[in-house]
Amino acid sequence: MKWYIIKRLLQIIPVILGVTIIAFTLIHIAPGDPARNMLGQHASQQEIDEIRTKYGLDQPLYVQYFIWLGDVLQGDLGRSILSHEQVTIEIASRFPNTIELAIAAMLFAILIGVIAGIISATKQYSIADYSVMGIALFGISMPVFWLGIMLMMIFGVYLGWLPIGGRIDLLIPFHRVTGFMVLDSIITANGAALISVLSHLILPAIALGTIPMAIIARTTRSSMLEILRQDFIRTERAKGLSERVVIYKHALRNAMVPVVTVVGLNFGLLLSGAILTETVFSWPGVGRLVVDAVYARDYPLVIGCILVFALVFVIVNLITDILYTYIDPRIHYD
Amino acid sequence: MRRDYIINKKAVVAIIFCIMLIAISFSGCVQEESKEKVLIFASAGDADKLDPADVTDGESVERMDNIFEGLVEYKSGSSEIQPCLATSWNISDDGLNITFNLRHGVKFHDGTDFNADAVVFSFERQYNTSHPYNQYGEWAYWGYMFSDIKEVQKIDDYTVKIVLSKPNAAMMTSLAMFTVTIVSPTNAEKWKEDAFKHPVGTGPFKFVEWIKDDHITLEANKDYWRGAPKLDKLIFRVILDPSSRLLALQAREIHGMEFPDPASFNTIKADTNLQLLTAPGMNVGYLAMNCGYGYNDTNKNGVRDPDEPWVETPGYFEPFTNKSVRQAINYAINKTSIVENLYKGTAIVAKNGMPPFMLGYNDAIVDYPYNTTKARELLTQAGYPNGFNTTLWVMPVSRPYMFDPPKIGEAIQSYLADVNINVDFYQIDWSTYLEKTQSGEHPMCLLGWTGDNGDPDNFMNVLYGENQCTLGTAGNVAFYNNSELQSLLSDALQTYDTTERANLYEQAQVILHEDAPFVYLAYANQNLVFTKNVQGFVLNPTARYFFYPVDLT
Repeated sequence: MKWYIIKRLLQIIPVILGVTIIAFTLIHIAPGDPARNMLGQHASQQEIDEIRTKYGLDQPLYVQYFIWLGDVLQGDLGRSILSHEQVTIEIASRFPNTIELAIAAMLFAILIGVIAGIISATKQYSIADYSVMGIALFGISMPVFWLGIMLMMIFGVYLGWLPIGGRIDLLIPFHRVTGFMVLDSIITANGAALISVLSHLILPAIALGTIPMAIIARTTRSSMLEILRQDFIRTERAKGLSERVVIYKHALRNAMVPVVTVVGLNFGLLLSGAILTETVFSWPGVGRLVVDAVYARDYPLVIGCILVFALVFVIVNLITDILYTYIDPRIHYD
Repeated sequence: MRRDYIINKKAVVAIIFCIMLIAISFSGCVQEESKEKVLIFASAGDADKLDPADVTDGESVERMDNIFEGLVEYKSGSSEIQPCLATSWNISDDGLNITFNLRHGVKFHDGTDFNADAVVFSFERQYNTSHPYNQYGEWAYWGYMFSDIKEVQKIDDYTVKIVLSKPNAAMMTSLAMFTVTIVSPTNAEKWKEDAFKHPVGTGPFKFVEWIKDDHITLEANKDYWRGAPKLDKLIFRVILDPSSRLLALQAREIHGMEFPDPASFNTIKADTNLQLLTAPGMNVGYLAMNCGYGYNDTNKNGVRDPDEPWVETPGYFEPFTNKSVRQAINYAINKTSIVENLYKGTAIVAKNGMPPFMLGYNDAIVDYPYNTTKARELLTQAGYPNGFNTTLWVMPVSRPYMFDPPKIGEAIQSYLADVNINVDFYQIDWSTYLEKTQSGEHPMCLLGWTGDNGDPDNFMNVLYGENQCTLGTAGNVAFYNNSELQSLLSDALQTYDTTERANLYEQAQVILHEDAPFVYLAYANQNLVFTKNVQGFVLNPTARYFFYPVDLT
């Protein structure tokens, strides 16, 4: 197992190289450049040329790439052309927000999705089954943007139960330590902040988690159905085990492998940000960061983000693969 | 018999109920604890940087207008200037030297003194490439607006002189711009390349924190030289989407917002707890027709020299080189209907190249009325009795002068179809759109302009002068050249007498109206929405937000 992990970690290198070369080429080939973006309608050729020279944009592409790679290997992702801030700081200031939202969305998706899938599978072809699958279909089909605004309107304005966007009520004094606001409010023993942060998480987590929830529900359902048909289930029931033990202790665990795959993939994707949810809920995540960077042709920031996303995604996949071995003892990597 | 319950339903219901109880019970606690006056204002985006000289985006300017001040400032609600950090000034007879007397007893937020050294530092780092801090920014506005400044000199601790290379009548209003506000040199030295996130100025509010893409908090400068502001804290919150902004306002999570969607105006007006502030905007939205020719500014002097010939633009389209065709298109478009229905009445129908409150606005000009018969007549006269096909370039983003360009493009398409001009659309992302239209690749395009400093030159010369037909960086995207017009504009810039300037600009507008390279659509109002308890906010025609006089009752 140890060698498996080391082998997988080494495989990360060519993957990252490939991803960054492709991304680097694509963003530079696209028309437009950061100088023009900064200057807008005030652009003069002289200023455009000066800015391009200052940031080394007049060099051949492969030279720019190797300079960038050299800096990365020394731990320097450069500075954003537009904001002058270090790329590492730009990403680090948004990443905790994305991580917390991704976790909240996946918790929602897993909790509701797995339960819904189990209900569906155990009461197949009943009204419960059709309702659950109908809601799942609705969830996949609804545009996140619309869903988000509807949620804010209903729960925020009409009912006044939940806040409209943002991460915390800005009037509550709050001290940031790590940037993970749930964690920080616990560390600083700030009860009011914790409640505020959690209540701000609810609606975006629901909006963002609805599609994964629907996918997880369907995956759980089909996986459970397959398991429930198998002989060993019949044996357990014949042994006199309660239905709840049969479902939760035996059938579910066996059905989990495809669900873990779906969860791992979705979680990895969510960690690259969720631009629509972030826009609607004014969530300061990495989705907005990278999309704004692309529009601004902010090359160092774009490539820095893509590098980080690729790394995170590959590592999440590795963890998912290792998790399989714990769920299903038949899977091993030696 | 199998027991059929799979989930302990009661447990699940109980858990959900508890969560909702907790959330409800705490969502109500907002402002009771604090007696501080904290105003939360929602912007449509985050700032880029907090160095006033190094930004071009409105969002950064919003924050910094409350942190920094300049030698002069705009009078409340006006684009006229008055003393600020300079108490008086004197322009030499040849118009080349402006000497400023600086205000005594003003301190920066870091406690250091405001004096001539600070003024010289703030200017010199922008224009002097050997200044140690020049490398930390791009200073985009300097070349564009202040290139006539040769040098800024310290005469003594409270006197500075600005030396110009040629007379520039717009210079005094330009000095009220955010890019030449005064920064603390001590602070710049302390932070060097990170100074952009540690703003220290002399203004009514001090910087507290910047949580990227989320909010920027400012607190009152109790030692402000005019007296402390009424607000204790001012928070700029980032809410990108206009619907979300309005929802936050309706839920009373914020006290004010910018850029409401015109479609929501009825909702806002019907809400007795909200106030909609509207004022004329310093902008113009237009349809530009590519008149065909630009030039390459090979010696980069911003002027078309005899050795820089006119060349055809890539988007050259013969019908638009004909004045009658351009006039016909002016007759064919129903601007009143566009302003009423698409701008939802939040704009003034435009007839000239700059808004009505600008010096030299020619109100005597009679606009082209909506008249399809006349349009067809002109087209036939011009040799296009059956019309023609072309492409209309449309912006992909919302602009202050045009909230929804695609809708306006559709309206224009249908008006032109009535006179047998069939247009299809071309759209591309914003910075590429600018690059290509500045290179003259379009036959006709929607665009516009928001004024920078309140001076007519900032519209008339920047947008309509033939020197601005530089291929690749054109300000004049109609690529319209008229040397008589250019000499009127150049003279007006160097004339300090306002009556004479006004006269020159009026003549310029007559020429523009006759040659019709543009269809001027609208001067969009600026609209801000506040809750009723926000008092004292005055809209400024330059669309800058000054929160010093504001109170929360």
